[in-house]
Amino acid sequence: MSNRTVLDPRKALGAVALLAFALLLPLGITDPARLNFFILILMGAQLGVAWNIVGGYAGQVSLGHAVFYGIGAYCSTMLALSLGLSPWIGMLAGGLLAVVFALVMGWPCFRLKGHYFAMATIAVAEIVQILVTNSEFLEGAVGLSLPLDRSGLAAMVFLSKLPYYYIILGLLVVTVLVAWAIERSHIGYYFRAIKDEPEAARALGVSLTRYKLIALSVSAFLTAVGGSFYAQKEMFIDPGSVFVGAISIKIALVAILGGVGTLMGPVLGAVILITIEEYSRTLFGSTGSGTDMIIYAMMIILVAVFSPAGVMGLLQDLRRHLPGAGKTSETR
Amino acid sequence: MNTPPLLAVDGLGKAFDGLVANRDISFIIHHAEIVGLIGPNGAGKTTLFNCLAGFHTPTTGRIAFEGHDITGTTPEAAAELGIARTFQIVRIFHSMTALENVMVGAMLRTKRVADARHRAEQELAFVGLSHRAETPASSLTVSEQKRLEVARALATDPKLILLDEVMAGLNQTEVREASQLVVRIHQRGIASIIVEHVMEGIMPIAHRMLVLDYGAKIADGTPAEIAENPAVIAAYLGE
Repeated sequence: MSNRTVLDPRKALGAVALLAFALLLPLGITDPARLNFFILILMGAQLGVAWNIVGGYAGQVSLGHAVFYGIGAYCSTMLALSLGLSPWIGMLAGGLLAVVFALVMGWPCFRLKGHYFAMATIAVAEIVQILVTNSEFLEGAVGLSLPLDRSGLAAMVFLSKLPYYYIILGLLVVTVLVAWAIERSHIGYYFRAIKDEPEAARALGVSLTRYKLIALSVSAFLTAVGGSFYAQKEMFIDPGSVFVGAISIKIALVAILGGVGTLMGPVLGAVILITIEEYSRTLFGSTGSGTDMIIYAMMIILVAVFSPAGVMGLLQDLRRHLPGAGKTSETR
Repeated sequence: MNTPPLLAVDGLGKAFDGLVANRDISFIIHHAEIVGLIGPNGAGKTTLFNCLAGFHTPTTGRIAFEGHDITGTTPEAAAELGIARTFQIVRIFHSMTALENVMVGAMLRTKRVADARHRAEQELAFVGLSHRAETPASSLTVSEQKRLEVARALATDPKLILLDEVMAGLNQTEVREASQLVVRIHQRGIASIIVEHVMEGIMPIAHRMLVLDYGAKIADGTPAEIAENPAVIAAYLGE
């Protein structure tokens, strides 16, 4: 039935099965490179779900999310290096710093609409990248390395890949739950209203600025958390690895490819995108550096032309056209 | 003690880069009153609506709602105070069902989704769209979409509703239904200002008519008075 306040048992079952699969998956993997591949998928999915909150549900397309990613990575790393703070705390601090930054940047940028907003986010991210690259305090282009001497859960440094897998899986689950909670609350309805018809939303008492800032802040927080995780996993960050435009595009593309404004679309998008990326890398080797950018560009064109609703949209169309499978049609 | 009128507009003017859309308009709206707002195309009716609903800031003049100055307020603040509106060209949320559209309106007064759903169901029933609740709003007919906008506006629990050409493009039966809907809104104690070109829809039900021409108010009276007013006849038929 259509009553969305009650949990759909089929969807709940699907979620539990998916989670169980993800939990058991590493048990059959011994090759660290293979496990790393799945970690990359989960990282992409977590970022895509986070981006989707502002870019998908609220329809405010950001192409500068690397700025939040970088803030998260640098904040937790700097706190660990200078104060010896646990990255778990650093992760939260990075998230909060990203929220502050989102509020400051969103205030002027949200006066711009559509493409102009997207362009402003690119500009902000580029400016921040240049500032960090030239900052002595942040070691500039040299980057920051985390010391290997402390390992264990408190320092979030592990010799094996396995703990990283479960940490990022946990972060993805939290991120999906946040998106899910938003989707079901009045905030989710307001986001969609703002995306569909901003003027009509205002006439119904929805403050555009307030709700766009909420969307950007939540998204920024979760993206920064993903950045902190990246820093812990790689133990080395520099502006070129966390603040670059390619990261921004990848984060957006994961969600756009999978299906904007859908809960699990970005997860699906990450599976597809990271798989293609990894296989193209093995196929072309180091001579093919930049092939991933070519592939991103091709995918953007394909999605734009054939399925603006992403792969999720394709699947929904397919389900509608398959006879007898039309469970969704009973309410129509 | 006399309470202030629901809406008092005093000397309102609005110019866009020298183009004067509204000039020196003054009128009063009482609680639960049905007021028709008519005038030839380009007379400034929609501009006046936009000023009242907070979408435009008037260049001159004052707007008071229940005695409080709301000149130059924002649309969201106007909605909060109890001024709801529909749009001349419908602006439905096309990614949502009919019910969800109305729920967004109801969420102004309750942030609980279940409560908003309950309220939205009532308003859909009020405009006669219950059977379309789960239909994607974009699949509704234009006439249904106009009623959906009315339901969505009513869900915000307004004291005044601004209806912008809700009868345009409707057939005779639908016009009669729309007129009855306005009367039922009045019976709920909600005042309405109705921009309308469909005279047979508005004249029989309006308590009062305001007539604009070239941005200025040229007449204000009962439908019978308006119909015989020489200035109104001149505006509509030419000298």
